Amino acid sequence: MSFELNGKSYETDEDGYLLDLDLWSEEVAKFLAEKEDIQMDDKHWEIVNFLREYYREYQIAPAIKILVKEIAARNEMQKKDASAFLYDLFPNGPAVQACKIAGLPKPTGCV
Amino acid sequence: MADAPMKKDELAKSIQRKDSLFPGGVEGEDWLGSKAQVRPGNFCYPAKAEVLERLNFPNPRKWSPEDEDWNLPENWKELIINGLKERLDKSRTLKLFMDICVRCGACADKCHFFLGTGDPKNMPVLRAELLRSIYRGELTRAGKILGKMAGGRTLTPEVIKEWFLYFHQCTECRRCSVFCPYGIDTAEFTMLGRELLNLLGVNINWILEPVSNCERTGNHLGIEPHTFKQVVESLADDIEDITGITVEPTFNRKGAEILFITPSGDIFADPGVYTMMGYMLLFHHIGLDYTISTYASEGGNFGSFNSPEMMKKLNGKMYAEAKRLGVKWILGGECGHMWRVVHQYMDTLNGPADFLQEPVSPITGTRFENARSTKMVHIAEFTADLIRHGKLKLDPSRNRHIRATFHDSCNPARAMGMFEEPRYVLKHVVENFHEMPENTIREKTFCCGSGSGLNTNEFMEIRMRGGFPRANAVQYVKDRHNVNTLATICAIDRATLSTLMDYWVPGTRVTGLHELVGNALVMDGENERDVDLREDDIDEED
Repeated sequence: MSFELNGKSYETDEDGYLLDLDLWSEEVAKFLAEKEDIQMDDKHWEIVNFLREYYREYQIAPAIKILVKEIAARNEMQKKDASAFLYDLFPNGPAVQACKIAGLPKPTGCV
Repeated sequence: MADAPMKKDELAKSIQRKDSLFPGGVEGEDWLGSKAQVRPGNFCYPAKAEVLERLNFPNPRKWSPEDEDWNLPENWKELIINGLKERLDKSRTLKLFMDICVRCGACADKCHFFLGTGDPKNMPVLRAELLRSIYRGELTRAGKILGKMAGGRTLTPEVIKEWFLYFHQCTECRRCSVFCPYGIDTAEFTMLGRELLNLLGVNINWILEPVSNCERTGNHLGIEPHTFKQVVESLADDIEDITGITVEPTFNRKGAEILFITPSGDIFADPGVYTMMGYMLLFHHIGLDYTISTYASEGGNFGSFNSPEMMKKLNGKMYAEAKRLGVKWILGGECGHMWRVVHQYMDTLNGPADFLQEPVSPITGTRFENARSTKMVHIAEFTADLIRHGKLKLDPSRNRHIRATFHDSCNPARAMGMFEEPRYVLKHVVENFHEMPENTIREKTFCCGSGSGLNTNEFMEIRMRGGFPRANAVQYVKDRHNVNTLATICAIDRATLSTLMDYWVPGTRVTGLHELVGNALVMDGENERDVDLREDDIDEED
C-alpha cells in the first residue's frame, strides 16, 4: 500500500504504518492524523515528538506504561489521569494511532 | 482494544445459529475439490520480504493472500513433495499420524475454531486430512492408483491456499489430541504444514518478524539491550513508588546463582508488565541471587510455530547464555509455548545441558526432579514450593478486590501437566477463587483463540470466534460468582485474553499469577499498601 502527498509517494504496510521512517515529516504526520480523524494540536504534537525522541534513543516505541509515566510527569498529572488524557487525544489507543502518526513501526510478539 | 470484527450481538447470533463460514456448503460437492475462500479477516498478513531475507528464508516477495497468483517458486510442487518425504523419513510420529487416523471424529467438536466458525475444515480430523490426502495421493501406491477412492488427491496451487488458511486457523493448542483415541498430535500436523509452506515463502509476518527480531536482538519485540534495561528499571521505579521497596535487578551478571528468563511481553506489554513487577518483588522478598539477560531476553519461541531450525536456534541462546554467565540453573517465567519447547523438545534439540546443575531451590532445598535434564524450572512450581515451606509472608486480603478464576494456558497444561501448582499459589494469594466448568479447564482447557502466532489485529474476527468457548466459560463464572479477574500463566494469554474479554465479557481483568503474588507479598519495611501493582485502589469495587 502507499499514499501520495505533495507529489511524493509513500509506502505503508497493510495497516497504513509508514515503511520508511526516514521519510516522516510534519506534513506526513498531519496527513496520517487526518486519516485517523485527529486534528493535531500542541498536545498531540508533544506526544508525537516524545515518541520520536524515545524511538531515536531506544529503537522501539515506548511501552504504554512508560509513555503514561512520561506524560504524567510532564503535565504534573496523576498516572490515571495521564492515561485518560492520552486516550482522549488518541481514542483508538496511543499504540495504534500515536505511533502511526509518529511514523513508528508497530510492535510484534506477545503484545 | 483492536478493531472489533463486527458487533458482538451479531457475532454471538452467528455462532449460536451455527452459521458455517464455509460458503457454498459441502452438499453435493466433495470437500477434496472445494476452493479456499480468502477474505479480509480470515487470514494473517504475509511475512514481509525483508523479514524473509533477514532469516534467509526462500522466496521473499511482496504478495497478498487475496491475489489470484501467489508467485510460488517455479518448482513449488517438487519442493513440497520432497519436503514432505524428507520429513516423513525423519519423524516417526509424523509417519504414524499420517497412517493411523481412522477418522472416527472424536476430535471434531473439540476444536475452538470449529465451534466458533462452523467450518468443517476446522474439524481437526479434516484439517489433518488436508495434508494426509496429499500424502496419500502423491506418495502412497494405493492413493496414486485409486485417487479419491483411497482418500488421495493431487497437489495444486489451490491446496497451498487451503493449507495457508487452515494451518493458520489452528493454534497448536492440542485440545483435540486429548480426545483422540490414538493420541494424534494435531499441533504437529499444523507445524509440519506451516514448515512445508515456508519452503515456498508462504508464511505470516506475525510469526516471522518476531523470529527475526529474536535472532537479532534476543527477543521477539526487538528490544535492544539498553532499552531492555531502561524498561526493567522503570518497572523497578514503579515498584518503589507503590511499595517503598527498592528492588535492584541485575543484568548479565556473571556468577549469579540463577538466570531468570521470561517472555519479552512481560517486560513490555500491558498487562504483562505487572507480572514482571510481581516476579521482582518475589525475588527481593526471598533474597534470590538471580540475574536477567539482555541477550537471552525472551522466554517465548515463535520459531516453534513453524520452523524446527529456528526453534532450535532461539532455544539455544538460553543455554548459551546460562553457560556464559556460569549460573547453576534457569528459572523460567509465565510463558506458554516456551514450556512446550523446554519440556518436550529442548532436551533433544540442544540438550542435555550438562554444564548446569540439577535445580535445587536455594531457599527450601527442594530438588526439582522434573527439571533434572533441562535444568529449567517453572516459576509456578518454584513459588508453590516456597509457599508450601512457609517462606512467603502473604496477605491475600490485599487482593480483596479480586474475584478470580484460572485459565489453564494450553502448553503448560497439556504439554507439562502444570495444573496444581498455579492453583495452589492462587488460593494462597486471593480470597475468592472459582473454577470454570470442568470440561473447559485443566487438560481440557479452551484456548485463548489467538495462540501460536495468530494474535494479530487483522485476524480479529476468527480470533473472537475461536476465543468464544473460553469467553463463554468466563461469562458462566461471572454470572454465578461475580468473577472479575481471569488469571493465567502465559504472555500471549495476557495480551489476547484482554482483547477477548473486552469483546465478550467486558469488565474482566486479565492478570498473570505473579501479579497477584506481588500484590499479596508483605515486604519488610514497606509502605502501607492501599493500591495494587496497577495502582488501583484495593477497596474500590469495579
